[in-house]
Amino acid sequence: MQSVSKPQKPPVIVSPNSFLAWIGKIFLLVIGLFAVYILAINLFDKPYLFAQNVINGIQLGFVYALIALGYTMVYGIVKLINFAHGDVFMVSAFVSFFAVERFALHQWPQRLFPGFNPSLSTVIGTVTTILLSMVICVLLAITIERVAYKPLREAPRIAALITAIGVSFFLEYFGLLNFVFSARYIPYQRPFEVVTWYIKDGIHLVESGVTPPDGAITISNILIIIIFATILVQIFLQYLVRRTKIGIAMRATSFDKPTARLMGIQVDKVISFTFAIGASFAALGGVLYAIAYPSIRTLMGVYPGLKAFVAAVLGGIGSIPGAFVGALIMGQAEAMTSGYISTPMRDAIAFSILILVLLIKPTGIFGEPEKEKA
Amino acid sequence: MNDINVGKTPLLQIEGLTKFFGGLRAVSDFNLSINSGELVGLIGPNGAGKTTVFNQITGIYLPTKGTVKFNGINLVGFEPHEITRTGIGRTFQNIRLFSNLSVLDNVRIAFHPQSGYSMFDSILSTSRFFKREQEIIEKAQELLEVMNLSRFQNEIARNLPYGEQRRVEIARALACQPQLLLLDEPAAGMNPKEIMQLMDMIHFVRENFKLTILLIEHQMRVVMGICEYITVMDFGEIIARGNPKEIQDNPKVIEAYLGKGAANAA
Amino acid sequence: MDITAMIFSLVKIVAVIAYLYGLLWVLGVKLKKVEIAGKLVDPSLGVNIFGGVIAFGVIQLALTKFNGFSLLNDFDSGLLYQACTMTMVALGLNLIYGFNGQFSLGQWGFYGIGAYTAADITYRWVNGDSRGLVVVGVGVIIGGLVILLIGKFLSNLRRMPVLSSFTLYLIGSILAGVVAVYAGKLAAPLLDPFLGDSLNKGVLAQGLPMQVVFFLAVVFAGIFAAEVSFLFGLPVLSLGSDYFGIATLGFSIVVYTLMVNSDTILPFPEMKGGRGMIGIPKLTTWFWAFLFLVLVIVIMRNIIRSSTGRSILSVREDETAARSMGIDVARTKLMSFVIGSFFAGIGGGVYAHFIGFLSPGAFDFLVGFNPLIIIVFGGLGSMTGTITASFGWIFFLEGMLREILGKISPEAPSWRYVLYPLTLLLLMLVRPQGLLGSVEWGFLKSKIIPLRKSETREGVNNHE
Repeated sequence: MQSVSKPQKPPVIVSPNSFLAWIGKIFLLVIGLFAVYILAINLFDKPYLFAQNVINGIQLGFVYALIALGYTMVYGIVKLINFAHGDVFMVSAFVSFFAVERFALHQWPQRLFPGFNPSLSTVIGTVTTILLSMVICVLLAITIERVAYKPLREAPRIAALITAIGVSFFLEYFGLLNFVFSARYIPYQRPFEVVTWYIKDGIHLVESGVTPPDGAITISNILIIIIFATILVQIFLQYLVRRTKIGIAMRATSFDKPTARLMGIQVDKVISFTFAIGASFAALGGVLYAIAYPSIRTLMGVYPGLKAFVAAVLGGIGSIPGAFVGALIMGQAEAMTSGYISTPMRDAIAFSILILVLLIKPTGIFGEPEKEKA
Repeated sequence: MNDINVGKTPLLQIEGLTKFFGGLRAVSDFNLSINSGELVGLIGPNGAGKTTVFNQITGIYLPTKGTVKFNGINLVGFEPHEITRTGIGRTFQNIRLFSNLSVLDNVRIAFHPQSGYSMFDSILSTSRFFKREQEIIEKAQELLEVMNLSRFQNEIARNLPYGEQRRVEIARALACQPQLLLLDEPAAGMNPKEIMQLMDMIHFVRENFKLTILLIEHQMRVVMGICEYITVMDFGEIIARGNPKEIQDNPKVIEAYLGKGAANAA
Repeated sequence: MDITAMIFSLVKIVAVIAYLYGLLWVLGVKLKKVEIAGKLVDPSLGVNIFGGVIAFGVIQLALTKFNGFSLLNDFDSGLLYQACTMTMVALGLNLIYGFNGQFSLGQWGFYGIGAYTAADITYRWVNGDSRGLVVVGVGVIIGGLVILLIGKFLSNLRRMPVLSSFTLYLIGSILAGVVAVYAGKLAAPLLDPFLGDSLNKGVLAQGLPMQVVFFLAVVFAGIFAAEVSFLFGLPVLSLGSDYFGIATLGFSIVVYTLMVNSDTILPFPEMKGGRGMIGIPKLTTWFWAFLFLVLVIVIMRNIIRSSTGRSILSVREDETAARSMGIDVARTKLMSFVIGSFFAGIGGGVYAHFIGFLSPGAFDFLVGFNPLIIIVFGGLGSMTGTITASFGWIFFLEGMLREILGKISPEAPSWRYVLYPLTLLLLMLVRPQGLLGSVEWGFLKSKIIPLRKSETREGVNNHE
């Protein structure tokens, strides 16, 4: 029996502080410095424009945060990239569109009771529209989970992933049919008027048909609503996960499914609930997104969905604050890229950031270090 | 250590091996020296750090501190596949066969580093490719025959009974042409009769392939039956070493295995 | 509904699948050695090649017009070429995902890179600009050498951060690119006079030299895609399955974005960005499509049946065990990813030259799920399944359904995209291993190794 042992050169072990190990860090540093440089010259060149970009980024980031929550919770609990989540977001926008356009649901109190206070009517009507979208999306998500994912729970994870892609495709291409939503961009009728202010020497209302003067920063009521809603959702979710029985059950299930089952937790119900909660937030995000960017189409959920997923990974998948922080970063990155580099590259930037972050910290910003493998 | 061959370089010499997982100390200051041809046991209760030692020897974990010298070469820093190629074969505690491939393929895969032809030989179907492939098949079949697995040659590995799967794993490890064979709990899940057969097989393999064997085992009777030297670990540290007789009577070992109270009660 | 058209389409699908199985059979024929003039000669190879030529000829004959009539019309030949390219792309993906277990959604990006690279080379060539060929050719060759050299240097190092290795490779590749651009500038005055322009073709822009240029363009495009996949795969393959999938999806999106902006962000005005690149010489003939298809099938099959192929499979089965058997897992993953992308690049080159028009829309990542669906249908880890599914898919979806549904109403063809995710869903729920599982046929079938004639040696556990 011959031996394959050959005298080998002792390996050169690259220590973490040697130049070779630093090459990669220098590379990152160069990229980072370049980004900082671009931001800095623009900040000093036109500070108000920079501030405007930051605000645009915040608006995007908060919407992404709403979608990212669903991804991070579902991944945390069943280790599945729920590709259809972005399409749930799209469905929500269309539900609210039909509710407003066809049934004028956003004004129902006034229509039922003429003489109802118009602004109160708008508020109640809009909230009803959002709730309707949320309910329909929750039903959709639970159906998807029951039909497509549940039978594959014990199958290899990739099988479920492919199913998720299948569901996503089905929703998209079904929506693309002409008698459904068609492939066109559809102007979205907002349930309420968007009011815009500009900030220059104090806060002023932007009159319709008047462009704000140069050097002004504009903000709108929808921005404030988005921020408010997202923060509310974050607080609610923290409360739900930390304090309620179902929240504890969710954490237990994500930690160890078989043990959770042994502890009397109805794992299937918990998983369905997670899908439902995620879908309801995505639905909220969908309506707000459509109000903020009032042009909707069947494929509108694809990119926001992917970016929200990237945001969830960025923040550390499975972590709720992580999804929020990741989404804010994504929003800023996107706004800055479209503001200062080139608008089309904003999709590319998202993924470049994802790859870089994963290479530096594979578990994301808030992710926990991996456990010892068996 | 009562080492007879003082002066001769040991085949495997581990010094000061330490591994931290975060703040958790899995193995601390582990020393072990194995001479060529020995059959050494490493025992200890669950979670004592035995498998972590194995994983550090085979390069799956990078040791926090310490050296692993094999044939005088420090293996620390080598990739697992390189360590295998220097002559260390191993099996796994929970059988890790390539379960959707045939038994023959399982063994043939282990011949990959010695295949002796490049990818271009295979793309161009050179005569060297066919010659070497034939050699690999013959060597693999020989191993299967030695392990009494010939009739399972074209079976899918996952369809084999448990005991046979263990044997395939050992055949696969032998195909790596090891000088040192690491067996990780080979008797796990076996009944007494199977354990007897296993012990026979380990002896047989050791004689026939001129191997040095390091064996992790949970069950005392296996180790006591076949090992010449035994090292006992608990909580990442060595608590005793010696021949089976000495280990059997060592109060520390009994305490580690049965707990303090139990030791007194017994 | 037009029954005859439907029957005719069905017959076509059956015929083309039968043809494929015949081709695979004839390529795999093994005969006993015969004695000719006192020497033992193996006639198998001759029969295989002869069979291949006949198989090529059959379709060639059907494509040839006799008195303006040919058995296969332009629509059919288009389907045929499309199916060939799809097969190459899907085979590459099956190598990466089905055989090696690395879930990639980036195959479509490499396909696009191959298509645009090859198209740019020949487009420039017929318009009197030799730089496309020279720059890409010199670039991929020097780039390949640089990558090999850096690899040699890095092979002595252990625990090198992957980002550092990546940076070194990246710098090397960029330098190779710079050298290539200069080489292109130097060669231009020598070659350009022989190229003529789009109206008056020069000596090198027609006939045999043009065919050679086309062949080189496709091969270089494949190598370029392979090198890009190397640079991309090196850091990204270390991320682990889900993240690798999402990163490769990101790659497809980046490639798509770059295509849409090829004339603004990238310096290639001839690609015309989102409007689409027109005027690509239609050089793909059945000869080339068939040749590249057979080459890809043969290369892949020869890799799969070798020791390298077994190491690729072992990584899919169990990485830790593979490592402990002496297999360099990182290298194996990278290798299968690079080879798979090479096939995609070749497929792209062939595609670009039969369609003659490249629009970024064809490389949108949504379309990029098609190869994935094909390999899932055909069976992960089955080449026969992939080939069958690719041809069946193109002829069924693009051929039969589009024709027949189109006759019902103009709206109907878009229904096929609703049907196929549903089919995919059903398939995953009912038969997740794909229609054919891992069954192979003819040429692709691995030969069953006979049991060894026992020499009655003493084995272990004989006292059972």
